[in-house]
Amino acid sequence: MIPVLGLVVGVVLGLMLQPEVPGWLEPYLPIAVIAALDAVFGGVRASLEGIFNDRVFVISILSNVLVAGLIVFLGNQLGVGAQLSTGVVVVLGLRIFSNVAAIRRHLLGA
Amino acid sequence: MSPAQHEPDEDPGAPASSHAVSAPGAPSAARPKVPRRVAWRRLSTISRARLSRGTLLAALLTLVLGLALVAQVRSTQTADLENLRETDLIALLDDVTDRADRLEDEVRSLEQDRSRLESGGGDAAAAQAAQSRLESYQILAGTVPVSGPGVSVRVSDPEGEVTTTMMIDLVQELRDAGAEAIQIGPARVVATTWIGVDEGRLTVDGQPVAAPYSVVAIGDGHTLAGALAIPGGFNDSVRRVGGEVQVTEGEELVIDAVHEPPTLEHARPVPPSEGR
Repeated sequence: MIPVLGLVVGVVLGLMLQPEVPGWLEPYLPIAVIAALDAVFGGVRASLEGIFNDRVFVISILSNVLVAGLIVFLGNQLGVGAQLSTGVVVVLGLRIFSNVAAIRRHLLGA
Repeated sequence: MSPAQHEPDEDPGAPASSHAVSAPGAPSAARPKVPRRVAWRRLSTISRARLSRGTLLAALLTLVLGLALVAQVRSTQTADLENLRETDLIALLDDVTDRADRLEDEVRSLEQDRSRLESGGGDAAAAQAAQSRLESYQILAGTVPVSGPGVSVRVSDPEGEVTTTMMIDLVQELRDAGAEAIQIGPARVVATTWIGVDEGRLTVDGQPVAAPYSVVAIGDGHTLAGALAIPGGFNDSVRRVGGEVQVTEGEELVIDAVHEPPTLEHARPVPPSEGR
């Protein structure tokens, strides 16, 4: 529950403070946000299955963000940043969909 | 590509990758079966706050996530150029560069126009040169009356023996001596002037000239007079046929006969590029 509270507080804080995205973070933030969202949905699903673990959640969210940023960085260095970003977004989107589908099955049985 | 094969860690919150997720909608034996009631109970369980370092850290991370989410959404909505892809930016840059080039060309041509107009105002010397050239052309073409120093020649021909050849010789001698304008009787002598005979009388450009012939030439009077007086020259030949020549040098002689320039039908200037 507390992580969910944290998310809500973060959104509210963002709306209130209206932070500027620093320039160096510009290319990485969208992918990092999607990677973290993927981890969050995975965490929700794990807690519904009774196997949620703080440590795993923290590590997975950090590693997701790190790897996403790394891929974008590497893609930019190789000159295929746009394509790689698209690929990462597609993969993460697939994972989010499957996690949401699992959550739906657990809660609604369908 | 099936996610089940390549992404065993589908549930980041799960302690171990003990199960895999198949495609949505397909039941999987590996997935732990959670009865619906249990799932809802767990949902209410996690709604109760459990304070621990792990959950706090997770909360911190999700807080940052929320912050980043909002920041990204806001920057996407507000930023215009920052979020464009590299290719779009390049196309945009090309557009802008093209337009800048065109505008620079326009600026250059306009500046050239301006400098030309400015220098045109200070080009009085060129205008003066053109004016003086026009004057000399007018004098040579005989379209304006002229005045100046020269000689006035009076040729009496009581026996009608002065021929066209002698008159042509006169004109030639005067021109050779540097005469700038010549008038014979009422006729101005120009480049197209011809001397002929009509019913026993001399004609200049078709106009009959009566003896005694009066010829006025503008130039250096002394030279002109000397040219006529050379032995075997015009004066001698006129006297030989019984005529009389009276040459008077003057400082301010006037040639008032003008020649109407004819309308040229056939001759056309050759363009300089083709003439070379």
